[in-house]
Amino acid sequence: MAQRIPFTLRFLQATSKSGWIALGVFALITLVLLPLAHLALPAGHPLHVSDYVITLGGKILCYAIVAVAMDMIWGFAGILSLGHGVFFALGGYAFGMYLMRSIGLDGVYHSNLPDFMVFLDWKALPWYWQGTQYFLWAVVLVLLVPALLAFVFGYFAFRSRIKGVYFSIITQAMTYAAMLYFFRNETGFGGNNGFTDFKRILGYSISAPGTRVTLFALSALMLMFTLVLGRYLIGSKFGRVLTAIRDAESRVMFIGYNPLWYKLFVWTLSAVLCAVAGALYVPQVGIINPSEMSPANSIEIAIWVAVGGRGTLIGPVIGAFLVNLSKSWFTMAFPEYWLFFLGLIFVLVTLFLPQGVVGIWRRMRGQAKS
Amino acid sequence: MINRRSILKATALTTMLACAGIFTVPAFAADTIKVGILHSLSGTMAISETALKETALMTIADINAHGGVLGKKLEPVVVDPASNWPLFAEKARQLLTQDKVAVVFGCWTSVSRKSVLPVFKELNGLLFYPVQYEGEELEKNVFYTGAAPNQQAIPAVEYLMSKDGGSAKRFVLLGTDYVYPRTTNKILRAFLHSKGVADADIMEEYTPFGHSDYQTIIAKIKKFASEGKKTAVVSTINGDSNVPFYKELGNAGLKATSVPVVAFSVGEEELRGVDTKPLVGELAAWNYFESIKNPTNTAFIKMYKDWAKKQKLPKADTAVTNDPMEATYIGIHMWKQAVEKAKSTDVNKVIAAMAGQTFKAPSGFTVMMDPKNHHLHKPVFIGEVKADGQFNVVWKTKGPIKAEPWSPYIPGNDKKKGEPE
Amino acid sequence: MRILWILFFLASWYSGAAQAALDPAVLRQLADDDSDVKIAAIQQIAQSADPLAERVLKALADDGLAVVDTKILILEDEQAVDAATGAAVVPAPENPDTIVVNNRVRSALNAALAALNLFNPDRATRFSATRALAQSADASIAPLLTRALQQEKDPEIKEQLTEVLAFANLQNADAAVRLAAVKTLGASSRPNVRNALEAQLSTESVEAVRIAIQASLRAIDGRIALGEQVGRIFSGISLGSVLLLAALGLAITYGVMGVINMAHGELLMIGAYATYAVQSAFRHYFPAALDWYVLAAIPVAFFSAALVGILMERTVIRWLYGRTLETLLATWGLSLILIQSARVIFGAQNVEVSNPSWMSGGVSVVSNLVLPWNRIIIIGFALFVLLLVWVLLNRTRLGMFVRAVTQNRPMASCVGVPTGRIDSLAFGLGAGIAGLGGVALSQISNVGPDMGQGYIVDSFMVVVLGGVGQLAGSVWAALGLGVVTKFLEGWAGAVIAKIAVLIFIIIFIQKRPQGLFALKGRFVEN
Repeated sequence: MAQRIPFTLRFLQATSKSGWIALGVFALITLVLLPLAHLALPAGHPLHVSDYVITLGGKILCYAIVAVAMDMIWGFAGILSLGHGVFFALGGYAFGMYLMRSIGLDGVYHSNLPDFMVFLDWKALPWYWQGTQYFLWAVVLVLLVPALLAFVFGYFAFRSRIKGVYFSIITQAMTYAAMLYFFRNETGFGGNNGFTDFKRILGYSISAPGTRVTLFALSALMLMFTLVLGRYLIGSKFGRVLTAIRDAESRVMFIGYNPLWYKLFVWTLSAVLCAVAGALYVPQVGIINPSEMSPANSIEIAIWVAVGGRGTLIGPVIGAFLVNLSKSWFTMAFPEYWLFFLGLIFVLVTLFLPQGVVGIWRRMRGQAKS
Repeated sequence: MINRRSILKATALTTMLACAGIFTVPAFAADTIKVGILHSLSGTMAISETALKETALMTIADINAHGGVLGKKLEPVVVDPASNWPLFAEKARQLLTQDKVAVVFGCWTSVSRKSVLPVFKELNGLLFYPVQYEGEELEKNVFYTGAAPNQQAIPAVEYLMSKDGGSAKRFVLLGTDYVYPRTTNKILRAFLHSKGVADADIMEEYTPFGHSDYQTIIAKIKKFASEGKKTAVVSTINGDSNVPFYKELGNAGLKATSVPVVAFSVGEEELRGVDTKPLVGELAAWNYFESIKNPTNTAFIKMYKDWAKKQKLPKADTAVTNDPMEATYIGIHMWKQAVEKAKSTDVNKVIAAMAGQTFKAPSGFTVMMDPKNHHLHKPVFIGEVKADGQFNVVWKTKGPIKAEPWSPYIPGNDKKKGEPE
Repeated sequence: MRILWILFFLASWYSGAAQAALDPAVLRQLADDDSDVKIAAIQQIAQSADPLAERVLKALADDGLAVVDTKILILEDEQAVDAATGAAVVPAPENPDTIVVNNRVRSALNAALAALNLFNPDRATRFSATRALAQSADASIAPLLTRALQQEKDPEIKEQLTEVLAFANLQNADAAVRLAAVKTLGASSRPNVRNALEAQLSTESVEAVRIAIQASLRAIDGRIALGEQVGRIFSGISLGSVLLLAALGLAITYGVMGVINMAHGELLMIGAYATYAVQSAFRHYFPAALDWYVLAAIPVAFFSAALVGILMERTVIRWLYGRTLETLLATWGLSLILIQSARVIFGAQNVEVSNPSWMSGGVSVVSNLVLPWNRIIIIGFALFVLLLVWVLLNRTRLGMFVRAVTQNRPMASCVGVPTGRIDSLAFGLGAGIAGLGGVALSQISNVGPDMGQGYIVDSFMVVVLGGVGQLAGSVWAALGLGVVTKFLEGWAGAVIAKIAVLIFIIIFIQKRPQGLFALKGRFVEN
């Protein structure tokens, strides 16, 4: 054991100099250039960035956070979750509750209750809605509820040493059950319609350009934070144990580590990161509903990671952008045939790019070296 | 090496953002008016919505063939929101800000409409919504060409209670668990109370989306029906679940003459996927049926069948028309008339010009856009399923009836105004 | 119930009464907008003793009666017959307006036709006539029924007539007749009998009859309760068999070969579309044999799904063995492509696959319980497929090779097993079995591009719950899930039942992390 290095320094060392430069460039673009181009330039200006690009970008940034969170458990701990959508959606719902309450009396029925409760004839808010009018409590819920679910679920699953496909399938069962539960109108979350028609956030109009850009910048910040955190964790001793568990769990156990707590920590952390992404996502797209919990959505998260390249931190970000941008573009350019292209991309990437898009770059570098 | 790596990472990130920039390049064509079509062509709702996309394209082609609007051709912009609700909002924003369309025809489910509403309000766009829905909504930026509950559900139940409908005294309200069935059944329950039906004579059942095993439900209905008095089923089962439901119904020996089922989401298009021979006599309530005989409808059906052949749509030889298709057709024509009246595609001017527009609809009636409440005055028909998958109209209203988007059977709605706030 | 009096006269007429032409004015009343007028006209026509009467009424029931000018025409296979005279009308009018019949008129029509058929020499016709009358019998029809009962020789029809007669006598003025009727009805198993008895109980004044009614009601209630239990178990087994058919293919591709086949649902879809294609071909080329199209669809579905499976294996999955989780990604992509292909080829809408007549309807077991033929046959079909898989895997050379390759690939290769070809064939077999599942699903559910998506999660649950690689496990898991779901559904509703079952699976896996039937033995998983 060498001398103790201060935490901040260790944190800074987690990422190489080049990484910090890349992050800096990214921060400059997302926090300064794009917001300026959106707010300051007039709509007709060739460099003007439209609100469409900002909302689309913000949405994909949230997806990218989820992808990185997914990669932490899949890429580094070898646990494939097919139910991460549930954490994303829970974060979204928790924050959505705050947004619904912020509508105040401006809803269709001018009632204190959210609109869907009025027309389903609810007389009072159910207990779990108490306090959601406070922003801070909503933030606490965003962090706590998914963390709790992930902790309890993970504790029992990892303790029983459920792994591989069995784990994937029960996470899928979890998100499917949660989706059906939220579909019910009695559950008190607006059933299939979920939450929509948000008006304001912390008093600011939700459709104002300033709010939109702020949310966009916050999503970018959160993504950068997640990347740095991921880099720090992976580089730490904790991360090395995690990778060891992924590669040979039994051996790690024989050495004397208990994999349960390592897995449980990274699993819960990943869930919380997803939830924060969900909370940022909801005000930007303007709707949260149970279809976010559908098994197909969770599978798609795994696909972003795989396309980008799992086991790298930048890969999932690239994957999330690549898949979602192509989806946005294909659905516009080839509305009838886009599923062919998307399906083909998945097949080709798996066949020819086993390490994802990042793999191309690695291969190129390998060739350059030799 | 370090430098190159950092540069590469940075480029990767910038490229991604630059990719986003590609979408900003708008295409301008001055001599056409762009019209957005926002219907799911993939995912779970494609089963219903693709036909509406075809109807919209057909109507637009027809209008163009007759000289377009204000001397300009209409240019349809088709996007696929893929039955994904957040994607609906994204696509709506794209149509309005990138493609700069004058109007959007689209959406089917309530949740997709709710998802795009904030976008239309924020950007002051114009949406024509062609499907029957639960009401409880009235927005300045939306015109509803489908039925409100009082134009479909309530007349259907009144019919069931009439002598010809079998004088039903007990009701099973059966639906898929989402907002439209829930709200409709809530309205119906209040309506039935007002007609003296007790709660003990009403059974409400819900199934999850995509439910495919109706054995238990049918057994429950049978039990309920055997407990006394004439029973009828009011079905708001949605989409794909209808096929297993009707198959089970037919095989379990529950005949329309003993326990009739009236459905609000089953039309000609849905019946194409079912063998209708065991279902003869089951009911549906709509504002239009393909079997209605009048010259306008004959022309409409012929136009669609020709279109289906020309576009080589799958199974074009058995193409059918249905209520939401008629509503789409009416919507596009009314918008055209309003634009011509306003001499502009400006949204506010068109909204003003829409009030009181009339159109001779394939249903055989001249339907009118209410001067205030953005809903159509529509006739109501009750049809019985025939062995060939079409409907026999067994009852109809004397004329078009006014929509009540705020149902008087929901408490508190008496204070609502029948116009956008 | 005037009609039934008329029927009485009609019955006395039946053995050969005078001829009378149908009155055109009465016929025109059939086209009246008012159902009351229509029904009166139906009664009058049934009474008219005209040989055309039955034809007219049948045509009305089948949407084959039209009004042209002031004439009522019977439309039969592209020719038109004047309903009043029976003379052919040439040329037949184009697109005439047919007379619309609603449910109420249809009920009256069915009763009239049934009464006409009560003395028909054909046994089957009489049988269905008595069944139809059971829906509408009351006191007025009793004399007619008594007459029919006296003439009837067939024991089964006799029994049914006795019951209908008892039902008709329920409101008889004579208490003794009522008592006898109530006692007979105690043995009935028709649902509307219970309603009638209950109604009678509320107005019955004679104590002895009241007691008899209560006894009969108890007997019926007991049978209804029994019927419910049997029905629930049956529906559980039926759901189990459907789950098994949906999952069995996956149990091979995933369970035995370790491919996380996300396109499994689409293989089911291919099987279902193959059934549709065969049905269309039969409709077009062999309409006479249409009833047997399902049998022809079985091999077609098997081989088309197997072909697609082999193609998938050869082009994509082959390169991914050992990278289990990546097969998930690739097959997900394949499933998107297959869904969209189906959409492009067959359209986005569902296609119609109808039950052949021998799979339609059901068999009535006890009171209120009808077991649909399609479900009974599917349970049998599931057993057949299970047997097929078992035989293929355990009793054939191919099966031996498949087991050898999955258990120890290098060793199998060493002794000369062509592992590559075996992989293709095994995957093709799994896909083909999924295709067979698709045939079964097409008979109870919808056939559309998205249908597979609805089964993929359930299929994985079955395979994992049973234990990966364990066919017997899949069988027990499917049956267990089916029965548990159905019992929960009866108790808590469909939505909660589904959630409860999913949570049950999650908890169960905690206890048995390798599924119901884990591989026994000591080994370290890494």
